[in-house]
Amino acid sequence: MIRFIASRIGFAALVLVMLSGFVFTLFFVAPGDPARIVAGERATEAQVAQVRENLGLDRPIIEQYFSFVGRSLSGDLGYSYRNQQPVLELIKNRMPATISLCVGAVVLWLLMGIPIGIMSARRPGSLVDRLGQGFVLIGVSFPSFVLGMAALYFLYFVPRQAGFTLFPPGGFRPFLPNPGLWAWHLMLPWFTLALTSAAIYARLTRGQLLEVLGEDYIRTARAKGLSERKVVYKHGVRSIFSPLTTQLGADIAALLGGALVTEQVFGLQGIGSLAVQSVQTQDRPVIIGVVMLAGFFIVIANLIVDFLYILLDPRIRT
Amino acid sequence: MTVLSVRNLNIDLPSGDGHVHAARDVSFDVEAEELFGIAGESGSGKSVLSQAIMGLLPGAIISGEILFEGRNLLDLPPREMQRLRGNRIAMISQDPLSGLHPFYTVGAQITEAIRTHRKVSEAEALQEAVDILGRVGIHDPDKRVHDYPHQFSGGMRQRVMIAMAIVLRPALLIADEPTTALDVTVQAQIISLLNQMRRELGTAIIMVTHDLELLSSIADHAMVMYAGNRMELGPGEAVLTAPAHPYTLGLLRSSPNHESRGALPSIPGQPPSLLIEQKACAFAPRCAAAMDICHKERPPLRNFADGTRSLCWLEDKASNTAAALPAIPEEPPAVAQSSDIVVKVSDVRLTYGGRSLFGKSINLDVLKGVSLELPRGKTLGIVGESGCGKSTLARIIAGLLPPTSGDVTIEGQSVLGLERHDWVEMRKRVQMVFQDPFGSLNPRRRVGSIIGDPFRIQKVAHGAARKNKVRELMEIVGLNPEHYNRFPSEFSGGQRQRIGIARALALNPSIIIFDEPVSALDVSIQAQILNLIARLQRELGLSYLFISHDLAVVRHVSSEILVMKAGQVVERGETEALYHHPQHPYTRELLAAADPHYRKSGGGLADPQSSGATP
Amino acid sequence: MSSEIKQRGSLELTLRRLLADRAGLVAMLFIIALVAAAIGADGIAALTGHGPTAQFLDVGLTPTGLPVPPSGEFLFGTDQLGRDVLVRLAHGARISLSIGVVASLLAAMIGVTIGLVAGYFGGWVDVVLGRLMDLVMSIPVLLCMLSLVAVFGPSLPLSLSVIVFFSWTTMGRVIRGQVLSLKEREFVLASRSMGAGHLSIMFTDILPNLGAPIIIYTTMMVPTSIIFEATLSFLGLGIVPPAPSWGGMLAEAANNSIYMFAWWLVLFPGLALLFTTLSFNILGDALRDALDPASMRNKLQKKKKKPSVGTAS
Repeated sequence: MIRFIASRIGFAALVLVMLSGFVFTLFFVAPGDPARIVAGERATEAQVAQVRENLGLDRPIIEQYFSFVGRSLSGDLGYSYRNQQPVLELIKNRMPATISLCVGAVVLWLLMGIPIGIMSARRPGSLVDRLGQGFVLIGVSFPSFVLGMAALYFLYFVPRQAGFTLFPPGGFRPFLPNPGLWAWHLMLPWFTLALTSAAIYARLTRGQLLEVLGEDYIRTARAKGLSERKVVYKHGVRSIFSPLTTQLGADIAALLGGALVTEQVFGLQGIGSLAVQSVQTQDRPVIIGVVMLAGFFIVIANLIVDFLYILLDPRIRT
Repeated sequence: MTVLSVRNLNIDLPSGDGHVHAARDVSFDVEAEELFGIAGESGSGKSVLSQAIMGLLPGAIISGEILFEGRNLLDLPPREMQRLRGNRIAMISQDPLSGLHPFYTVGAQITEAIRTHRKVSEAEALQEAVDILGRVGIHDPDKRVHDYPHQFSGGMRQRVMIAMAIVLRPALLIADEPTTALDVTVQAQIISLLNQMRRELGTAIIMVTHDLELLSSIADHAMVMYAGNRMELGPGEAVLTAPAHPYTLGLLRSSPNHESRGALPSIPGQPPSLLIEQKACAFAPRCAAAMDICHKERPPLRNFADGTRSLCWLEDKASNTAAALPAIPEEPPAVAQSSDIVVKVSDVRLTYGGRSLFGKSINLDVLKGVSLELPRGKTLGIVGESGCGKSTLARIIAGLLPPTSGDVTIEGQSVLGLERHDWVEMRKRVQMVFQDPFGSLNPRRRVGSIIGDPFRIQKVAHGAARKNKVRELMEIVGLNPEHYNRFPSEFSGGQRQRIGIARALALNPSIIIFDEPVSALDVSIQAQILNLIARLQRELGLSYLFISHDLAVVRHVSSEILVMKAGQVVERGETEALYHHPQHPYTRELLAAADPHYRKSGGGLADPQSSGATP
Repeated sequence: MSSEIKQRGSLELTLRRLLADRAGLVAMLFIIALVAAAIGADGIAALTGHGPTAQFLDVGLTPTGLPVPPSGEFLFGTDQLGRDVLVRLAHGARISLSIGVVASLLAAMIGVTIGLVAGYFGGWVDVVLGRLMDLVMSIPVLLCMLSLVAVFGPSLPLSLSVIVFFSWTTMGRVIRGQVLSLKEREFVLASRSMGAGHLSIMFTDILPNLGAPIIIYTTMMVPTSIIFEATLSFLGLGIVPPAPSWGGMLAEAANNSIYMFAWWLVLFPGLALLFTTLSFNILGDALRDALDPASMRNKLQKKKKKPSVGTAS
């Protein structure tokens, strides 16, 4: 088990190194002269040289990389070109919206996907199963931004034309002081972000559970005289937690991408929309900061998932 | 007192291809405390029958009656049935590896069974679990009750399964192939444990198995099934010694236990498809004593004086009917043999080195110095239980795996350290036949190309010449050369093994290594393949290395036997000498375990041999 | 026995089973129609007389400068610049389909190769390649794309490479898993014992057994790639306007929420996108059912059939 944990932590470190290397290479090494970009188009040669020295761009690449990583780790992500605010500050301000969106969406897709998958697997071929399969098909086929736009049109615009407000057009309200308002504003984004994953989880749950329900130990459980409910939930569903956890770990990276799109559609002032705006304004420090921070989150989340995995499977634990 | 009474049971299983008629008009009674055996080859409907009794066949169309303690189980509402399951009728399944839930401790699984049916506290249930684990022979039950299934060895897991099944003192225990997945010596322990438990707890046991001899030696009553029909039913001893049905007789005679030498009287052909409704005797097409009427009408049930009943048109017992005996194939004279050594293995060792996380080196010795010699035209049998290193040895001899030290020579040439070109050349001299007739043939390739593979890989015989050779080979092993273009899935298990043998013959090898070639086959088919192997040796003067866990099979084919245990040869000798005068205690243990009469007495083997923990 | 035989190998039976699947058939017809529209996009443009980037500021916009709804002249209406939505949709189909198909094929090739090598050789090769797949899967794709676009600017080759780079892992994993179990099968050992080399084993023994998963997962990758491309274009990271792409059209519709008043700007590209991905997904399911009858859907039947080993002897 110690080996397993060690290898996972090592892997997490590797992800961070690769990601920082990628960002570093992309922005500091590859095209053009970063000092010129930072100093601006109209800067004099002397100013550019000054910037180069300030940024340490005249030092060896490896040294630059380590100082870049060191600065990133200490929370110094630099300053935005656009308004000279510290990048960390900018990201912090955007954090609540993104975290609210992501956590809510994960909860929603688990609550939707797993039960649908279980119901499907309990009676394969039944009407419930076919409805579940239909849900899966639509879910995996619906591009989330199209879904978001459709949701806005039908649940915000159409009711408003009719004279009442069902859902707000978008925007983010902080959790406090009014959690109700917070949830109301996030309802459509949550659903938009969760649908595809809910479908994937329903499919995974169904497939895994069907396989488990064909196992010998399930027959043993039935032979013990357990009720069908206990057989399915205590013995069957218990076994699919591990593959679901693995999937969750793999989905964290994709979740950030989904959040980015959703924030864009619903005009949520989150990290994703910050990144998109920064690309449009060529605000590189912000992009770098967002990518590094996202990488850090993914790594942490993956580690949590790995520990969960160990907790769930006694065969690794003992 | 009759615990279970099955009356005219018919079971149809709907499938994609139509209804599978898994049981036809089956009736039997199980008395309290008796051991009732159901024997049959795969597809005979024996397992379906046991699941039908448990009420675990959703979707099946079942008619007839299953009377348990006076109530017809088929009429019981699901909730009532659920109350009986585990409580009054318990079940243990074939594979103890997959029969226990991997994520719950054995204690949790046993207490769950207890608390499902009885209102007791968790602590009381746990105490009962500890007690029962102790009774089935688990050491330190109060500690091990908190272990997970993967921390037990296979035999120990089966003991846990038994403990869980009998903890509520059921009136009936259904054991579906309870020992098939276990090693021979462990099998004997489990059987005697079951025997002991039924006496102590007064539980009737229905034991389902493919091993007729094992069954009839321990069962009070034995039932033989074939293609969903109850062919014969009678006292265990009577079924074994004086079989009434030609099928039973054929099964017993085709087992290598009886004929120690020479060709086995095998049952020709294969079992019928269960998709077709049977109108006559299901066995008639394969029966040596079949009469006209057998092919036309369903046979009557005959009662004999010793309590045996047989579903057959023969008026007398098959064992008294000369025609019923399966024919013994003729033996052509053997070709002249020279006595040079084909394979010589000297002090072969294999160690998997490794280093644990804390720098301690852990070495796993798979082979600890094995030597052997195989003279031309002879068969050397290697027998041992799983994990003894016999298959590894085979791969080393075949040159597929380099040993850590030692040498292997084939016809005087070392197989080790060869250049790629010489290594490929060497392949022509050593060929292998594998255990799994499903796994050893590529499902996506046609039989013609599979048998032609050696020619393709070794770049000999092209085009029409290759095709002709393949057809020739197919004929030699008893396959229809017209089936050249078929896929492996279109053949039965026995035929697939013939394909594997044909492929091994293709390059005229000096030696063929058989790695458990018949252990996946039913007895009647096994005999056919063993006969083929023997015939080819006589006709072609081949040298064989024959590896098996089954002492009876090895004894039948080998002139010399090597007994392996834990990577070492513990005993070697001429077959008959070794069989009759075993020197090593392990050989004696193996012999005892393979001998049904020894098993019945159950002497000396009830104690577990090891603590059973897997590291 | 007979039925089990034909399930394998026989192309004819697979096709027949595929054609018997009504949903699969409809999906296939839709895909064929879409391909026809993409190929004939110029024809449609010529027929309507509207170029894909031509702005009809006079007839294509209302006097107040708003897009006009579907009419005889513009079957699917016009967009905010007075361009014909139908013509742009047909041209967008080219982008979506070609990116979807090309990216899936490339990703499939990479995935199969890496999965095959990792699974077949095992050991440290497998560890390294397995870790590589883990690594790729734990990279935030869109953020990487964002950074790349920030440096290199959006372009079609960039989109394509990113899509390929991030989508081969699924195939890689599936193939690796299959190869891991296939190479333990005794027919591989048999070939090896006859002297077959690694390449011969990989190509004649293992690869033919991977046909079903390769076809199924490649098909399933097409809709994912299409959505991926559309999402990139929607975020302004993909196809550069004014070249027509579905994602780009939807992005323009979302801009200033113009689609609230011109629903056709979302409805037609949205539906085109949805129906395309839906069709490929349905086709993928149908292919799986036809090629791999033992898969999930038939699990129940298989379970019931299990005791009837009547054909095996």
